[in-house]
Amino acid sequence: MAKIEEYIPIVGQSIIDDLKLLAEKLKGRVIQHINSTSVGGGVAEILNRMVPLLRELGVDTRWDLIKGGEQFFEVTKKFHNALHGRAEAISQRDFDIFMETSRININEVAISGDIVFVHDPQPVALIKNKSDNKWVWRCHIDLSNPNQKVWRFIADFITDYDSAVFSAPAFSQMLPIRQILIPPSIDPLSDKNRDLSDEEIDSVLKKYNIATDKPIITQISRFDRLKDPLGVIEAYLKVKKYIDCQLILAGGTATDDPEGIAVLEEAKDKAKSGRDIHILLLSQNDIEINALQRASTVIIQKSIREGFGLTVAEALWKAKPVVASNVGGIPLQIKHKYSGLLCHSIDGAAFAIKQLLNSPEYAKKLGENGREHIRSNFLLTRHLRDYMLLFLSLYHKEDLVYL
Amino acid sequence: MQEFPKAKEPFRFYTRLHLSELTGLRAANLSQLLDLIRKVPGSSIYHHTHRFLQQHQYLSPEPPNDFAYWVAGVLGEDELGERLASIDTMQYSTIRSLRDKIAETIEEYLKNNPLAKLKFARQDEEFHFIKSLSFVLPTNYVAYDLPGFAEILKKITVDSIYFHIFEARLRLEKQTNDFSYWIETSLGDKELADRISGLDPYTRTLEDLRKTIVRVIEKKVSG
Repeated sequence: MAKIEEYIPIVGQSIIDDLKLLAEKLKGRVIQHINSTSVGGGVAEILNRMVPLLRELGVDTRWDLIKGGEQFFEVTKKFHNALHGRAEAISQRDFDIFMETSRININEVAISGDIVFVHDPQPVALIKNKSDNKWVWRCHIDLSNPNQKVWRFIADFITDYDSAVFSAPAFSQMLPIRQILIPPSIDPLSDKNRDLSDEEIDSVLKKYNIATDKPIITQISRFDRLKDPLGVIEAYLKVKKYIDCQLILAGGTATDDPEGIAVLEEAKDKAKSGRDIHILLLSQNDIEINALQRASTVIIQKSIREGFGLTVAEALWKAKPVVASNVGGIPLQIKHKYSGLLCHSIDGAAFAIKQLLNSPEYAKKLGENGREHIRSNFLLTRHLRDYMLLFLSLYHKEDLVYL
Repeated sequence: MQEFPKAKEPFRFYTRLHLSELTGLRAANLSQLLDLIRKVPGSSIYHHTHRFLQQHQYLSPEPPNDFAYWVAGVLGEDELGERLASIDTMQYSTIRSLRDKIAETIEEYLKNNPLAKLKFARQDEEFHFIKSLSFVLPTNYVAYDLPGFAEILKKITVDSIYFHIFEARLRLEKQTNDFSYWIETSLGDKELADRISGLDPYTRTLEDLRKTIVRVIEKKVSG
């Protein structure tokens, strides 16, 4: 795990100095994170990196988990999907199961934080233990179009919190409490984003039989209809008519996700209609993803919906020109024509890719701008700073605070 | 080694860090945008005119504010976008006067182009009003003379430069900044102070501004 000093060559000494100043202001306060799992999933991934760094900065940070049986997690999975806007049949029994387990957790999870930082809906009911400490609810879900029945149920708890945190402006809701915007981040020192040697990149390309004699267009994402892999192939075929290039569609799919397997098969089938298309089913291998991104000429993220779309930040951090759909958190990462190109359709994506392949200087400038935008706004150090500011904001109601 | 005069008062570098608060207010067309620009707190106007610049500093010199970017990029109103982008922010030393100028510019445009009211943004491209929660805190960097000042200036964060240049104008409600004020009052160098306050920070990137100020000071130091 990287130490805080290792970020200095990337973001500069003064950014790390600021983090230390903020940490000093939090001396004496205990921060307690609570979520439902310590491994797997984005929340655990970010906490596994954040908690040690906060401790290293001197912020007394703890991390506790709630417990729940299979039934409870089946219900919370349904809640999760419903809050994401998927059609789900939710019964009174589901709410009862949620409350039964929540009651046990309310009694059993020891609350030790001056600031209790609750992640996602699973532990939301713990707020019933609120005393004179501060409570924050961190939403990692795209709430732009939630199932109202589930949202109203969850919102009843959230109104008792001091603040709520969302990843993008469109996810905010009408709530009587303060709502803070904190986008997620990438870790520039992780295997997915760290610098790679040419040998490391070449060995991955060799493994997957990818030659570098033609420009490479890549989309990295799991095989899911919402990532529109078929649309990516169509856009590629339109580009291929004019420019000799190749396409990489790479990502994973859960083996227990029948839809993912079906989408992969459809993509393979559609790929038969063109040449130079590499469809790669990757197991979770961060270095391979990193290498494929670094070997690419243009990176696409043609999602139909997107929670935040951190693959865009990953690509921009590698100074790659990106063509991405204008959905979810993507417009926060790309300002059209300045740090990438946004599109709304297959034709639009194809046109943008052609522009970038035909104008390498322009593409290079977009990539460089993108990298600087990510450096200033989407690295883990910014995320740490925002979390510490969030903790401090709980003790101040005014808009301008002198510390 | 050349001796440089010590300042009467040392210069303590501060920084201003921001957290973005979501207001839940959003606009889909120009009428809604205008209405909300008049109503939202000053910290929201600050966010969309100043914070935007800080977050997207590589875009500089254009577009200098979020309103101009949205109006041109999403609604396709290029002319209004240009008018909003070319508002001379330097002239306005209060957020209130800047807000009035932005509102007047949109109002005037709508009067002459009533059809522009009919343009709506798609749901996922609406303008979301955000406000800045700002935290001002002293850093550990202190300068006692001009060369020391230049050395620190090379390494402090852009947030700190931002605070002392942009923020100072709004805080002091004067056409000056903290650097110039200190150089004039503590080092007695009015000429250097004026050269720095004469730089238009709104049409440069913060890194470029940093380099320019360092260059001006080093030139002075080397005589």
